[in-house]
Amino acid sequence: MKLTHILASAAMALGLATTAVAQDKTKVGFIYVGPVGDGGWTYEHDQARKAVVEHFGDKVETVYQESVPEGADAERAITQMALQGADLIFTTSFGYMDATINVAKKFPDVKFEHATGYKTAENVSVYSARFYEGRAIQGHIAGSMTQSNIIGYIASFPIPEVIRGINSAYIHAKKVNPDVEFKIIWAYTWFDPAKEADAAKVLIEQGADVILQHTDSTAPLAAAQNAGNVIGFGQASDMAEYKPSPRVSSIIDNWAPYYIDRVQALMDGTWETKDTWDGIGPGMVGIGEITDVVPEDVKAEALALKETIANGEYHPFTGPLNKQDGTPWLAEGEVADDGTLLGMNFYVEGLTGEIPQ
Amino acid sequence: MLRLEKRPQPSRVFAYLTPVLAVIITMIAGGMLFAALGKNPVEAIRTIFWDPLFGEFAFYYRPQLLVKGGPLILIAIGLSLGFRAGIWNIGAEGQYIVGALCGAAVALAFYPLEAWYIFPLMILAGALGGMLWAMVPALLKVKFGTNEILVSLMLVYVAENLLAAMALGRMKNPEGHGFPGSRNLKDYPSAFNDEIITGSGMHWGVLTAFLAVIFAYVLLNRHMLGFSIRLTGEAPRAARFSGVNPTRIILFCLGISGLMAGLAGMFEVSGPSGQVSIDFNVGYGFTAIIVAFLGRLHPVGILLAGLLMALTYIGGEIAQGNLGLPSAAIQLFQGMLLFFLLAVDLLTNYRIRFVRREAA
Repeated sequence: MKLTHILASAAMALGLATTAVAQDKTKVGFIYVGPVGDGGWTYEHDQARKAVVEHFGDKVETVYQESVPEGADAERAITQMALQGADLIFTTSFGYMDATINVAKKFPDVKFEHATGYKTAENVSVYSARFYEGRAIQGHIAGSMTQSNIIGYIASFPIPEVIRGINSAYIHAKKVNPDVEFKIIWAYTWFDPAKEADAAKVLIEQGADVILQHTDSTAPLAAAQNAGNVIGFGQASDMAEYKPSPRVSSIIDNWAPYYIDRVQALMDGTWETKDTWDGIGPGMVGIGEITDVVPEDVKAEALALKETIANGEYHPFTGPLNKQDGTPWLAEGEVADDGTLLGMNFYVEGLTGEIPQ
Repeated sequence: MLRLEKRPQPSRVFAYLTPVLAVIITMIAGGMLFAALGKNPVEAIRTIFWDPLFGEFAFYYRPQLLVKGGPLILIAIGLSLGFRAGIWNIGAEGQYIVGALCGAAVALAFYPLEAWYIFPLMILAGALGGMLWAMVPALLKVKFGTNEILVSLMLVYVAENLLAAMALGRMKNPEGHGFPGSRNLKDYPSAFNDEIITGSGMHWGVLTAFLAVIFAYVLLNRHMLGFSIRLTGEAPRAARFSGVNPTRIILFCLGISGLMAGLAGMFEVSGPSGQVSIDFNVGYGFTAIIVAFLGRLHPVGILLAGLLMALTYIGGEIAQGNLGLPSAAIQLFQGMLLFFLLAVDLLTNYRIRFVRREAA
């Protein structure tokens, strides 16, 4: 068994070596969870890929595969890219974590970058953005704007990243509007326009006049537009086609600087395993234009909030904060540590309902 | 003008020829589609059908064909028995999920104990789980005459939510930093459905799929029960007169298809997938329906159809990666295959006649 294993690895290494020699361009691969035209998460990763092409011109070649299911198929897709001679592969969804690690073991000479995960290796880096910083600003606008005091939230999967977003938005909505109430629907998908639209409609029927979303399509904004008098935010991408209303602002993922940086590092031979978690400050999270539908003073407050988060003066998770069951979490002035945030599996006090378990 | 004329007997030649014909027409129409997208059609078709088998990296792709085809064949064989008898289990996806959950539950309950009996127990649990899930529509049909198509399909969504609940709750990896998903069974030797020969792609599930093909062949051709199944489908009245017990056929067909789907799920979760995660199921249960029909509901046909389907998946992925074909185009291509199969199927039962137009 050992011998066949070694043979298989040798064959793979050989296959890899021959393609590596055949080309002098740096080949960069991308594995996408949705279609490149989703207008959200995958779209922004693909924009960043295009930025890489533009920045390096003939020195790079990029390949991508879209709509790769998380699980066993992902491993094959990543392996295939490595076999075809990719030097650096970005796997852009949480669910690719184990697959990325497994493939990385077989291809020690290929570098891997996994988005939003936590497992690193000699040749695997992880990177993510502090989206919760953007959520704080969304929460502030949402809390100020709501008339019905009901804010709908379309959540994807109950993982820490999503829970962090809910908590951050809620804390800041509550700050400006103590009567605010969050209604949360778990869609169990990152991208499913039909499901997202249904969720938005249900929330609007339940009285929500602000819709926040942690799913990737523009369907919730379309639903808000049809309903009238309902506002929402662009998610992952600016979703500018819904300006000035229902889309009143947006959180924009800006991966381009990071991708260019990492490709450059690979070319220079300085690539090493890193764990990156950047926010508004370094520009990985952008806040899209706040439209005129938002009153002047609210807009000014939101921009001021953005400024203090960007320059590090203010952390969206600053005490006093209690957990949902009333147990103290952060004391007055205390700031949440990254470890707790990365594994966040609880609501803050005031949110109703339970995180699906 | 052309006229369709019903054949007195279904043509045996065309029964065998239509799948081949459908593949060829799909290649032509698919080639046109790829050309319209600005890709070289010959290169695209070659990438999909040739590269996985004989291309530069075939040593990696050939085993993957088995990994991808195994569950499709296993599920489709089970489904085909029911389809032959006119019993429509559309919910194999749900049975696949429940089988996986039951198998994984056994493994996780024993973790970290290492023992030889864990894997056989998991197989048993997976089979039983899938079977019981299929027994719900079966019993409801037998007792209350409900429609098994609806009930089995609806139970898929129940199973999906059960899967999500397990991945987020009871089966969540306690060392997973709060992230959803169970422990990875690949790191648990007693539960890992490893390749029987390393690098071959041949895991226990693929072996089981091959055994299922033989089992189904023998059952249908050499066994009374197989005869009853075929009779029920082809001539229900005759079946009743000859004393075939419909209740028994319903329970058997749904039970065995659930069992096989459950097994497929169990082998997948303990092998290629490795863990219970929210999106563990990727539609094998539904694709298997296509495979069953593509294979003419015949065990050997299903074996070939499963491998062909796997080929379009893997070749399609290569085409995406190398040629930049959008994934939707690949799905369209796979859809065409079934579409053309159903279309040319007409030739089995009808023949085309050229008739001179006559004056009215």
